[in-house]
Amino acid sequence: MFVGPFVIGLIIFVYVPIVWSLYLSLFEAYNTVTPTTFVGFGNYADMLADPAFRQSLVTFLVFAAVIVPVTFVLSLTVALLVARTTFMQAFFRSVFFLPTACSYVVASLIWKMSIFSGIRSGLANAVLGWFGIDSIPWLSITEPPWYWLVIVTARLWLQIGFYMILFLAGIQRISPNLYEAAAIDGAQGWKVFRYITFPQLRATSTAVLLLLMINAFQAFDEFYNILSTFGTYPPYARPPLVYLYYTALGSGQDFGHGSAGAVILTLIIAIVALTQGRLLRLGRRDD
Amino acid sequence: MEQNVFRSQLNRRSLFALGGAAAVTGALAACGGNTGRETATNGGATGGGGKVTLNQWYHQYGEQGTQQAVERYAAAYPNATVKVSWKPGDYDQSTAASLLTDAGPDVFEYGNGPTIDMIKGGQVVDLTDAFGDTKSDFNDSVLKRVTYQDKIWAIPQVIDMQLLVYRTSMLDKAGVKPPETVDDLIAASKKLTTGDVKGLFVGNDGGAGLLGGPMLWSAGFDYLTDDNEFGFDDPRAATALGKLRELWQSKSILLGAPKDWFDASALTSGLTAMQFTGLWTFPDIKKGLGDDFGVMAWPKLDASGKDSVPVGAYGSCVSAKSQHVDEAKAFAKWLWVDQTSFQLDFATAYGFHIPSRTSLIPKAATLKAGQAAEAAKLATEVGHAQSPLLWTPKSNTAFGDMMSRIVKDGADPMTEITKLKPIVDAELKRVQA
Repeated sequence: MFVGPFVIGLIIFVYVPIVWSLYLSLFEAYNTVTPTTFVGFGNYADMLADPAFRQSLVTFLVFAAVIVPVTFVLSLTVALLVARTTFMQAFFRSVFFLPTACSYVVASLIWKMSIFSGIRSGLANAVLGWFGIDSIPWLSITEPPWYWLVIVTARLWLQIGFYMILFLAGIQRISPNLYEAAAIDGAQGWKVFRYITFPQLRATSTAVLLLLMINAFQAFDEFYNILSTFGTYPPYARPPLVYLYYTALGSGQDFGHGSAGAVILTLIIAIVALTQGRLLRLGRRDD
Repeated sequence: MEQNVFRSQLNRRSLFALGGAAAVTGALAACGGNTGRETATNGGATGGGGKVTLNQWYHQYGEQGTQQAVERYAAAYPNATVKVSWKPGDYDQSTAASLLTDAGPDVFEYGNGPTIDMIKGGQVVDLTDAFGDTKSDFNDSVLKRVTYQDKIWAIPQVIDMQLLVYRTSMLDKAGVKPPETVDDLIAASKKLTTGDVKGLFVGNDGGAGLLGGPMLWSAGFDYLTDDNEFGFDDPRAATALGKLRELWQSKSILLGAPKDWFDASALTSGLTAMQFTGLWTFPDIKKGLGDDFGVMAWPKLDASGKDSVPVGAYGSCVSAKSQHVDEAKAFAKWLWVDQTSFQLDFATAYGFHIPSRTSLIPKAATLKAGQAAEAAKLATEVGHAQSPLLWTPKSNTAFGDMMSRIVKDGADPMTEITKLKPIVDAELKRVQA
């Protein structure tokens, strides 16, 4: 009875739209959510044959291949440092966690307009100026692809703190006895990490990896806000959701293809998540 | 400074849940409680004094006083009670979504009129009758943009335009004359570049998003032919588009300005000598530069090409789902065809725009003299609708991708055009089926 309102909300706002989306994906649905022209799997075939959609999947893979390991290593490192420090620990924890509270949109605009603007007064170019280097239009040029630097640093800044907290929680659950035993045996530094801390963080690491992967799949905000100009988005660094946004929503209102793309994406995420869970044995206790 | 149709497609930041994203839009619109519509209207009930109640939607204009102005116009209408809804945020999308339900507006504005899919889907009604003999008085290119199969689907409210603006003193100092061809322009841009001051600013993407149309027009082509077929499968068009790559490689264009081309600050703060921007920036340019600026169209490719400027307009449309279609049509006609004093007020008293009826231009005090008068003349004489009605969002996305590859990556323009054509052809076939 107490979960009633929640379940109703879940059904109306989650399950009905998902089922409806599946339904739409089988129809030609321009500017309508009650379509009449059944096209079977035609929309799916169109999306899979669309080079721009396939390119967006490749973009995602490139992005995930960079952001997942880098965030993992950096947040674990920060967590270890913060856990060890006895000096102003609360302060450091808060400082690293604070960016998590910042909106992706706001951070993106700061990155785009203040730090990585193309003119001399942008922070990055001002620094380059001290060394006599010409201004770089970070977000305009594709050779070299500096825009990745902007996008990746924005996301790192935003999310490292959150994963640091997850790792910290994991680290604090490790029994001090283990470390004492190790110290008695003469283990220290890297060896302690390699044989005690890291294995003990197995469940946390698995969860973090899974979350990172799904987060990367859902990449939208910083890409959209950093790279879109005036209703257009360049054909590079365009992750699947951004592409679908332009197909299905935007002024396109092509719900058939948009839903088919969303279903394909959902399936990919599900498969990746299940495979990853199987490989890393998600749900096992830290032991 | 947000009152212009060119910005209407922007500023969409949005977050939607994975999967079911499309459906959520519809579901939310259907569930939305505050639709701006009085409950009574849904039942077709009438307001006080036996008058019907009409709901009219506008996007949120940036200029002070605009909202009060449209409310004043609405209150002055004698034959119905008109309720104005001022919609902040993602106007295009929320309006498009609301048209799927019966909680939408009766009369609403939409950038460059309704989309072809709205017309084909029967979501908007034919407004041809509203024009009567005033049809020839409306800006040609804009009217053509809202016409499909000889029927007019929106009444243009007010015209916005883009054009090339330059700092006269900087050109004089460098001994550069306002360029007459695209090659002149590239040469001028190089000559005007000194250190951190660049010659030309055409957007942070090097004109990939902004100048596809103007480059086609400069060579005498258009997106589509008059018969609605692919319009630029031609080596000469490839040459024209390739000029943007040449400009990109000249290292003389400004890239990465904090505020993009729609804002005058790159020009007024001295980052560039010339800028392709909107008419709406004129008050800012005047404030920053006084009279030290000149205007011109985007130049022709060569002697056999043509000058051009893009024009766009919010068009007033009537929803087919309205309970009072006839009354809504009558109101739209009254305001945007008959009430010339309101049209003039709306175009000139708050922001900087051109009335869509040509006969009103001489009456607009803001457009009487100087650079603004020249701009208004360009809009009438060499104005092109940003893109044709049948140029669908999918065609536009593919075109934008192509422009980016040509300009930024140096892709071969002719190969790219050949790749684009089947996508556009398929869309043309779809919407004309």
